Amino acid sequence: MKTSNILETVNMVDKEHFDVRTITMGLSLFPAIRGSAKDTASAVYDLVTKRAERLVKVGEDLANEYGVPVVNKRISVTPVSLITAPFKGEEVVIAKALDRAAKAVGVNFLGGYSALVQKGMTSYEESFIRSIPEVLAETDLLCSSVNVGSTRAGIEMNAVRLLGEIIKETAEKTKDRDGFGCAKFVAFCNAVEDNPFMAGAFHGVGEGECMINVGVSGPGVVYHALQGKEDLPLNEVAEIVKKTAFKITRVGQLMATEASKRLGAEFGIVDLSLAPTPVVGDSVGRILESMGLQSVGTHGTTAALALLNDAVKKGGVMATSRVGGLSGAFIPVSEDEGMIAGVKCGSLTLEKLEAMTAVCSVGIDMVAVPGDTPAETISAMIADEAAIGMVNNKTTAVRVIPVPGKGVGQTVEFGGLLGAAPIMPVNPASSAVLIHRGGFIPAPIHGNKN
Amino acid sequence: MKAVLTVLGKDKPGIIAGVSLFLAEHGINIEDISQTIMQGNFTMIMVVNIENSDLPLGELTAAAKAVGEKIGVTIHLQHEDIFNAMHEV
Repeated sequence: MKTSNILETVNMVDKEHFDVRTITMGLSLFPAIRGSAKDTASAVYDLVTKRAERLVKVGEDLANEYGVPVVNKRISVTPVSLITAPFKGEEVVIAKALDRAAKAVGVNFLGGYSALVQKGMTSYEESFIRSIPEVLAETDLLCSSVNVGSTRAGIEMNAVRLLGEIIKETAEKTKDRDGFGCAKFVAFCNAVEDNPFMAGAFHGVGEGECMINVGVSGPGVVYHALQGKEDLPLNEVAEIVKKTAFKITRVGQLMATEASKRLGAEFGIVDLSLAPTPVVGDSVGRILESMGLQSVGTHGTTAALALLNDAVKKGGVMATSRVGGLSGAFIPVSEDEGMIAGVKCGSLTLEKLEAMTAVCSVGIDMVAVPGDTPAETISAMIADEAAIGMVNNKTTAVRVIPVPGKGVGQTVEFGGLLGAAPIMPVNPASSAVLIHRGGFIPAPIHGNKN
Repeated sequence: MKAVLTVLGKDKPGIIAGVSLFLAEHGINIEDISQTIMQGNFTMIMVVNIENSDLPLGELTAAAKAVGEKIGVTIHLQHEDIFNAMHEV
């Protein structure tokens, strides 16, 4: 073992904020379906608490033994709308049982209060979606998502319209916490079934019974690797990112293998995403700036992000036996110190963020908008993002917070990893007529690949 | 099972003595050791065998950290697999 390699690893953790962002246990809830909502809730509680009983302990043990922090221990479950289908109007009973179970086992979040409606919203799914504001207001650890489109199916615009209202209602129901409920909700296009990251994690129906999915982090490590390399051409920058991503991902692979062995679960995937935190030195925005941009959001940002996202994938893919999840670079505003600075200085706008989502792994993420933003405008933001995802055959998402009673120029503090969000202006021109047309946007021709 | 112990900090008398005493107390054998001064900082790396240790690795890492705090240096004790995973293809 080379001294320099050992010290490099130690420094990554000590000085460059390297961590495993999450070990997420994916659980199938199908074995817990019973004849009533109450009995199902009880069986769901038992299943989750039994299966995930040792998850937090194993995560902590691994962190101690390998000397790499495991920041979050989480659970994702089968999209709950499939479990609640026979119990229209009683969805909250099952949601509360999941929240209690998550608290009992000590995880940070439980994701999967979700519905997949890209090809049509059934009556039980509509009932489920209408329960989301109450659920997000009355539970603490539950995260929710709805998939409204896919490259194969097109975009279900009735669901898109409804989600604008749901997001507004969620903000209103959690207005004492600046609309915090909306930070736990994502609208997706091309949602993935093995995503370990919140708020969009759910355990897809094609997954195994109990899987371990690991999300690594490491913007700080990539940032440090690029310091002092200002004169390199961009292709060499890409090489450095690739090598760094390889090292980071190998740790994810090791942790995922060991965690699944100790928990008697199946190894699922490693998600290669660069996930920032609000801590200085752990920012994706600052990586883009270190490639030569004065401020993130200026012209050239999309190109720099495209390079970064691709190099992360290329470096990571050889380091793990199974890649999955979102795998790329995340660009949440409130959770990234560099992105927040970009918004505050006027360099990073919502329009530029939208362009950036065409080349990275997620979408408009953790963006605060004025509380009086019309529901239709939020729906239209979701439609735009879904269109980018649908046409580009990639996952896109919207996680926006219309902050009740607040407007542009103000900042909301969500605390912890969720950070602080400067409220960004939205286009004041109406999108209402488009949104109220309903129907669906047909899938693109290249979605028909068979 | 092997682990890697790294000690980083300002050089002063008693660092090796303090670390060695901790390892001996817990039945940990030193298999390899290298020590240098890098950019003015004391840097020591040990490969240790913890097979006969009285504590599991997870608890040893916390104990090692505490010893470091007492001496005034930073000590990490990590499973060797983390280094192999990261630096070997």
